[in-house]
Amino acid sequence: MGKITNEELLKKISEKFEQHITVVGEPYGLLTIETDRDNIISLLSYLKNDTVLQFIFLTDITGIHYPAQENPIGVIYHLHSLVNNVRIRIKVFLPAADYHIPTASTVWEGANWMERETYDFFGVTFDGHPDLRRILNVDDMTVFPMRKEYPLEDPNRVDKKDYFFGR
Amino acid sequence: MSDIQLVEAPPGVEGAGFFATSLDKVIGLARSNSLWPLPFATSCCGIEFMATMASHYDLSRFGAERLSFSPRQADLLMVMGTISKKMGPVLRQVYLQMAEPRWVMAVGACASSGGIFDTYSVLQGIDEVIPVDVYVPGCPPRPEAIIDGFIGIQKLVQTESLRRRNTPEYQKLLASYGIQ
Repeated sequence: MGKITNEELLKKISEKFEQHITVVGEPYGLLTIETDRDNIISLLSYLKNDTVLQFIFLTDITGIHYPAQENPIGVIYHLHSLVNNVRIRIKVFLPAADYHIPTASTVWEGANWMERETYDFFGVTFDGHPDLRRILNVDDMTVFPMRKEYPLEDPNRVDKKDYFFGR
Repeated sequence: MSDIQLVEAPPGVEGAGFFATSLDKVIGLARSNSLWPLPFATSCCGIEFMATMASHYDLSRFGAERLSFSPRQADLLMVMGTISKKMGPVLRQVYLQMAEPRWVMAVGACASSGGIFDTYSVLQGIDEVIPVDVYVPGCPPRPEAIIDGFIGIQKLVQTESLRRRNTPEYQKLLASYGIQ
């Protein structure tokens, strides 16, 4: 059990970011909040630099795509306070066709590659990122494969059609 | 007494003190029993290949105990495992660095066709980037299957003309891959 409970954590965040956050829930005890892209960096900086909270470790940045939602693409930050043994998850959803968000590499250097990966797979542009290019996929790839708008399988091949397998 | 077996002589004319056959057959015999494989192992088929090279299955019985980890000296490129699209140019580069005569063996479902990885990041068979002589099916193939594929390569080597690279069909094949 962490030294800070989720209630205390939420209270401390709400003091500063009352209007800008919404609480999504606490699945499996992991406090999950949502904010917007104008406040994400100040929220991350606050969580990292606050002398009590000390969320000094950025576990991961990743993306998610809900095609039916009004703001389809989300960027998700996982923070870990090693001192207090408590974690938090922060989500930011971006409006369609405008996938821009400020870079978190100004707060953590380690965000650099995580943001490149998120760009690679979801096409989210991180404004101010020092070197935003693909990291895992081939450089000449034109799509963002984890978005749910591209076929998973290679559309060019003909030898794996369903009728070869009686489907 | 030793039970070492020698390869059979190719068909030819034999008489007292001489034996005549064509140079193609002699060279093919020599090449097929001294192939230097370059293992390009990326996943589980590579583990099966290790078993094939080890004492129980012992690929050196077929004259291939000398693995060449430099493509410059290798005769046979053995591609074992999933090749991602990002690995494709690397594999092609390795193939281009090999000197003629050169053969390629695709071991396992992934190298032959992409296997179960029918997805955006995986090359759907190495024959998209380099020509392949022998395909070995299996996921992964057992060492016996790899040896069978290797014997298939040996048969190719024995029956090919001395300079396969000069034949028009071979040049056409390479040209279709954009290789000079």
